[in-house]
Amino acid sequence: MTFKDLHIISMKSFSRDMIDHILDTAEKLEPIASSKSKSDLLKGKVLAVMFFEPSTRTRMSFETAMMRLGGDVLSLGSVDASSIAKGETLADTIRVVEGYSNAIVLRHNKEGAAQLASEFSSVPIINAGDGAGHHPTQTFLDLYTIRRESHLDGLKIALAGDLKYGRTVHSLCYALSLYGAEITLVSPKELRMPAEIIDDLKSHNIKVRETDSIEEAISDVDVLYATRIQKERFPDPAEYRKVANSLQITPELLEKAKPELKVMHPLPRTNEIDPRVDGTPHACYFRQSFYGVPVRMALLALVMGALK
Amino acid sequence: MEETPIPEIRVHPIRNGTVIDHITAGQALNVLNILNIPNPSSGVVSIIINAPSVHGIKDVVKIEGRELNVEEVDRISLIAPKATINIIRNFEVSGKTHVHIPEKVSGVVKCINPNCISNSNEPVTSRFTVKPDGRKITLRCSYCERTISEDIGNHLL
Ligand SMILES: [Zn+2]
Repeated sequence: MTFKDLHIISMKSFSRDMIDHILDTAEKLEPIASSKSKSDLLKGKVLAVMFFEPSTRTRMSFETAMMRLGGDVLSLGSVDASSIAKGETLADTIRVVEGYSNAIVLRHNKEGAAQLASEFSSVPIINAGDGAGHHPTQTFLDLYTIRRESHLDGLKIALAGDLKYGRTVHSLCYALSLYGAEITLVSPKELRMPAEIIDDLKSHNIKVRETDSIEEAISDVDVLYATRIQKERFPDPAEYRKVANSLQITPELLEKAKPELKVMHPLPRTNEIDPRVDGTPHACYFRQSFYGVPVRMALLALVMGALK
Repeated sequence: MEETPIPEIRVHPIRNGTVIDHITAGQALNVLNILNIPNPSSGVVSIIINAPSVHGIKDVVKIEGRELNVEEVDRISLIAPKATINIIRNFEVSGKTHVHIPEKVSGVVKCINPNCISNSNEPVTSRFTVKPDGRKITLRCSYCERTISEDIGNHLL
């Protein structure tokens, strides 16, 4: 198994062995991520960070990961000010930037952009989100969080919120199917998980059930993964409020849960999680966001060949 | 009561050329489109639409004076996976092949996703993996992974 020069485009190209190796590596690097020790593992290496649409957290998480490993970061400035605004193709931009760097992190508004970039780049491309497409590093950090805070084998998980458009839950479901999880899907009928994804899960012998009641789902799961419900999905604001309130996670609701239940959320949240949950032992969304750093450190070190 | 057998071919035989038989009903015009017909040099072309056959209705296209190349046959397979290609030489069928469904096609079909990178001005051609699915074909975009399974003929480049 070699990760050197591997493009990280979609979760679908990762086997369970590969995922386990990435998570193991992240665990080894976690003390460096939290600055308990220092590293110059990627000293002399340059990471190009190209974000064609803003996502401050993902960008900062990659930049932190690179810096904690002693590497340098080269940022594409704001898109308006660059040649992209002058009509340069992504293919050309990539062919220029690969000459400056040892790996490229790409976020783009068009689906398939990372795949295209990988066809023009001799240095590894890491997809940090392409339109409504993939965002594999988010899935790796979600899996890492589940492994650190709960357990991946024999996991019972409820996914709640916008399951229709939420790309992160789609790839998370795919990855969990490699670990034989039992999945409960909680969503309003307007935002249900696409049927082809459910069929896919069932064909992997995954137990899937669907409900619109978070109360019903919460009592026997190990992890509750909440996602953001976007107002603009609802033509009627009253309908949005009804849905948003019915899926809100509160301390009262959590009284019905197992004591070891962990609540996850990719952040930013709107009102899916009552702030009073933050102080309970169930909350792990801020640690989840921190775990993005060791996970991205692991990916960078592996694709740049600094670790095997 | 016994039905009168239906004559299989309703137009006169051709001397040299190609008969594309068992085209999925309704796809004959898309087959012509793939073959860039009509054009001034295309010779005589006969089309039969909705011809009864043992497997229901079908379309048939006969082209005089032309043999198809592999790429053309690959394209036809996407919209008419059951088609057979009969090469006619001197009024005789000199070769009969089923269309071959390729594993990948490039530059043949346009992705239906308006936000797909292959639909922008990047220097790439559209590319799909082809999955035969019974009598149907599913195409999956190699860039955005969106699938096309209905009306592939309407998305030909
Ligand atoms: Zn596409």
